[in-house]
Amino acid sequence: MTSVRPDGLLHVVRPGALTTVQDAGRTGWAHLGVGRAGALDAPAARLANRLVGNAPGAALLETTVTGCAVRPDRPVVAVVGGAGCRVSVDGRPVAWGAPVRVPAGAVLDVGPAVDGVRGYLAFAGGLVPEPVLGSRSADLLSGLGPAPLCAGDTLPLGQPAGEPPDGEGPVPWPGAPAELVLPLHPGPRHTWFTPAALRTLTTADYRVSPHSNRIGLRTEGPALERARDGELPSEGMVLGAVQVPPDGRPVVFLNDHPTTGGYPVVGVVAETALAGAAQAVPGTRVRFVVRT
Amino acid sequence: MTGGDAPEADGIRVLPAGPYALLVELTDGERTEAFHAELLRRRERGALPGVREIVPGARTVLLDGIEDSERGTGCVPTARDRLPGDRAAAARDRLARDLLSWSVPPLRREERDAVEIPVVYDGPDLAEVAALWGVGVDEVPGLHSRTAFRVAFCGFAPGFGYLTGLPERLHVPRRATPRTRVPAGALALAGPYTGVYPRPSPGGWQLIGRLADPAPALWDPAREPAALLGPGTRVRFVPAHAPVAPQAAVPAHAPVAAHAPVPVQAAPQPTGPVPKSRTETGR
Repeated sequence: MTSVRPDGLLHVVRPGALTTVQDAGRTGWAHLGVGRAGALDAPAARLANRLVGNAPGAALLETTVTGCAVRPDRPVVAVVGGAGCRVSVDGRPVAWGAPVRVPAGAVLDVGPAVDGVRGYLAFAGGLVPEPVLGSRSADLLSGLGPAPLCAGDTLPLGQPAGEPPDGEGPVPWPGAPAELVLPLHPGPRHTWFTPAALRTLTTADYRVSPHSNRIGLRTEGPALERARDGELPSEGMVLGAVQVPPDGRPVVFLNDHPTTGGYPVVGVVAETALAGAAQAVPGTRVRFVVRT
Repeated sequence: MTGGDAPEADGIRVLPAGPYALLVELTDGERTEAFHAELLRRRERGALPGVREIVPGARTVLLDGIEDSERGTGCVPTARDRLPGDRAAAARDRLARDLLSWSVPPLRREERDAVEIPVVYDGPDLAEVAALWGVGVDEVPGLHSRTAFRVAFCGFAPGFGYLTGLPERLHVPRRATPRTRVPAGALALAGPYTGVYPRPSPGGWQLIGRLADPAPALWDPAREPAALLGPGTRVRFVPAHAPVAPQAAVPAHAPVAAHAPVPVQAAPQPTGPVPKSRTETGR
């Protein structure tokens, strides 16, 4: 990816709790300790990009719970999707989940999430900060890519390729899951746990912990009992790995997960289920369903 | 939970890590490095099916993002166009069977020149390490810098290499209480490993020194390769004298500026490079 000539700037008026630039992430660098990053709800990010006429992996904003507000210095077509929320332009309500025109200097305000956790703001032309190792994604664990947004920051906008596709009509955005079902493949260290622990994992009442973040979806529930003691020499970790730290509560590794780790991985959640994990609000019931 | 059978051959076990990944487990660090080197050789000459990531660990090599070589597209699978789970698992299992049949030559140590890194041995844990080693403080720099190090694997932070090479009698435990902030450039020991912190971060390793000025950047995404200390790199530390000026490049004792790394919430996992075993054979 080469640098792109910016075509306007996006001013950050209100950064929200945590708003980051994300794209499809950076792969191929895990051996150097660099994780993939990228939008947590990848299907929502791709859909938002499609609705403004961008390539599926164009860089956009990912908000967390409290939304954000931005002001472009040129007219831009934008889409707010992902977590459901109120959207306004200069205080006037506009459509959520569909393209809206934001005039130059107007404030696009993305309200707090009323359904889900992570919102996506795509702009026709995309955001074009300098890529790092082939991606514009912020990686919170590694500190790579653009830092989380602060009030007063500016981000370069790219040149729109053309008019966004017209007349698509309403598109279906999946809402936040009432129950988070996570299909689970056996992990490399499932034999480190007792058969009772594996039954517990798939039958007990687990909930999404409020301490979840882009690194991992933490759970609250019964601790998993180990069948063997001892420490695990550090080994490579995959996206979706369900790592069990000493407190016994499973952590599902999300996009900013460490590339190597030293706690046993009891299972691996299917990647297609992780978009739901990105939108599950704290307290949501988690059900691990074993796939063989 | 059933499944996850681990095919095994002499000294090697292959563990599935979901439908797209294999964790290859070797009996020791030396064999792990040799197997990793063989993987890279085979990939170089196009004799390995498409694999998105090859991640060495202390005793393992992870192969992630395994493609179906029979499909032959050569493109990286994404969540959208990945194969159905059963076909992916079939490709994974084919690769597992194949690599159990490999004959892996022993590691050759002198393939590349060692990277030389000037360091000042004046870390806050120097006296404690000297006591653990049973030597005087002035003997630590010599014992450490005469060691031929090699990067076994990376992790924890971009550009952080886990360097092996210290003989077992010089392995030291982690600090009982991790520091909340270790300055960038700190030279540290824990278990069988030596490492240099590429940026300020929490950490529980024993700090024996720091990079001398000028030192090559450990991590520079604009450089090729971005990491100075990638897996397999040989490393030699060269003792340097502390500059007279009080504002040395990386003051080992000074508190680190309010430049906390980005995470707004705590990582769920290791808050510092955490060596998991002290049983690894030193060389």
